Amino acid sequence: MKYTEEHEWLRVEDDLVVVGITEHASEQLGDVVFVELPEPGTTVSKDDEIVVIESVKAASDILAPLDGEIVEVNEALTDNPGLVNEDPQGDAWFFKIKAENLSDMDEYMDEAAYKDYIG
Amino acid sequence: MARLRAGRSDAGRLRPRPGRESAMAEAARRTGLYDLHIELGAKMVPFAGWDMPVQYPMGVLKEHLHCRAAAGLFDVGHMGQVILRPRSGDVADVARALERLVPVDVAGLAEGRQRYAVFTNDSGGILDDLMVANRGDHLFLVVNAARADHDIAHLKAGLGPKVAVEPVADRGLLALQGPEAETALARLIPGVTAMRFMDVAVLPFSGGEAWVSRSGYTGEDGFEVSLPGAEQEGFARALLEMQGVAPIGLGARDSLRLEAGLCLYGHDIDETTSPVEADLAWAIQKTRRAGGARAGGFPGAARILADLVDGPARKRVGLRPEGRAPMREGTGIFAPDGQAAVGRVTSGGFGPSIEAPMSMAYVVAELAVPGTRLEGEVRGKRMGVEVVTLPFTPAKFKR
Repeated sequence: MKYTEEHEWLRVEDDLVVVGITEHASEQLGDVVFVELPEPGTTVSKDDEIVVIESVKAASDILAPLDGEIVEVNEALTDNPGLVNEDPQGDAWFFKIKAENLSDMDEYMDEAAYKDYIG
Repeated sequence: MARLRAGRSDAGRLRPRPGRESAMAEAARRTGLYDLHIELGAKMVPFAGWDMPVQYPMGVLKEHLHCRAAAGLFDVGHMGQVILRPRSGDVADVARALERLVPVDVAGLAEGRQRYAVFTNDSGGILDDLMVANRGDHLFLVVNAARADHDIAHLKAGLGPKVAVEPVADRGLLALQGPEAETALARLIPGVTAMRFMDVAVLPFSGGEAWVSRSGYTGEDGFEVSLPGAEQEGFARALLEMQGVAPIGLGARDSLRLEAGLCLYGHDIDETTSPVEADLAWAIQKTRRAGGARAGGFPGAARILADLVDGPARKRVGLRPEGRAPMREGTGIFAPDGQAAVGRVTSGGFGPSIEAPMSMAYVVAELAVPGTRLEGEVRGKRMGVEVVTLPFTPAKFKR
């Protein structure tokens, strides 16, 4: 598992990178009430704003962590946005991306580094 | 996740900014319940110069639902409490003086009753909204925290030498709201069961005085209780020990008041909005309107009285977005396929009880008709909304 400074987690699964937000991020956001996902098939560049999350407090974006193509999105979040709070690092993944360069993941933090980062 | 978009608070920002936040925390004032909030695990945020609980571990959504289902306890000790005392000893003198600042029938307010009011400015806008209570030999006001200093100066300048303006500095203020509020509060202050909506009473509590009103900011039945500073923590703990009473933070306070269709000063009403535009004409009694016994005589009367007769150019309404995306403050409102904005959202979010997004907005008067379909622009996309009658959830006051 890798972590970005924007509090996303990345996990490699069958050559795809599964992306979600961390437990810490979901706690900071508060109760999530709306999730807008990208269309599967969308080509994205790193740092594109591709997901909108609205919590009871505010709207936030999830940025694309890598260049690549969105191949699958978690439709369950559209119907049940609260899943992001219930199981942020499990069932509440947001999208799967086919990365142009899997090695781009190396720049991200491992779990120990992320724990230091969030203090 | 880097960016916070249209949020009002910094609570959603994920990247901490320690320098700025600690500087603000140092300057922020604390209510007498600060230690209790920390003990309860509250997340504290700066609000109107105070360090206040925005949520407890239960979280905004569950706190909101709990308040509607049982009873919620709110620390509202940041709000300004002010006594207006007549130097003559006759409360009618204060009432007449206050009528120079508000378009409200204060002289006709019976002893033991409270009324909603607004301070207006010369252009008919709103300087603050407040509660006014007649307590026999004086008036008692509760004003917004962010406006308290302004309001006290405004009162001193506007009421003249016959009225003593006395800010109440040594008392806390708590609200207990929800269907179980009466039962819970009556265990500590039995006299509250005899009160009706907008009654006020001074009742004994723990050897001191509780100043109680049957009112609130949630649309639920409930009470606001002013207590001596030293009494408030014991009072709060006694309530929180009861089944059904949970602490509620500012986050849920905001979603509760928005569902109840109630205005937040600085957002839904401000110095540019007239009370008529704000759909608060009900707060202007007949006696202060054209043809009434004490018509006019308040700042901005010309515009406000004209708006009452001719109708305002724009009006505050409720909006129900058709999708699930909330339309937050600042969202532009358009006629279907229209180019120019016909309105703007002033408060918006998700309503936990209605399980849907909800907004308050000002729109041009001809479109401010329930059932009208409009569009809101969210992140560059137009989304359908319907104009609806406020409130979003029915009021449950005990009249």
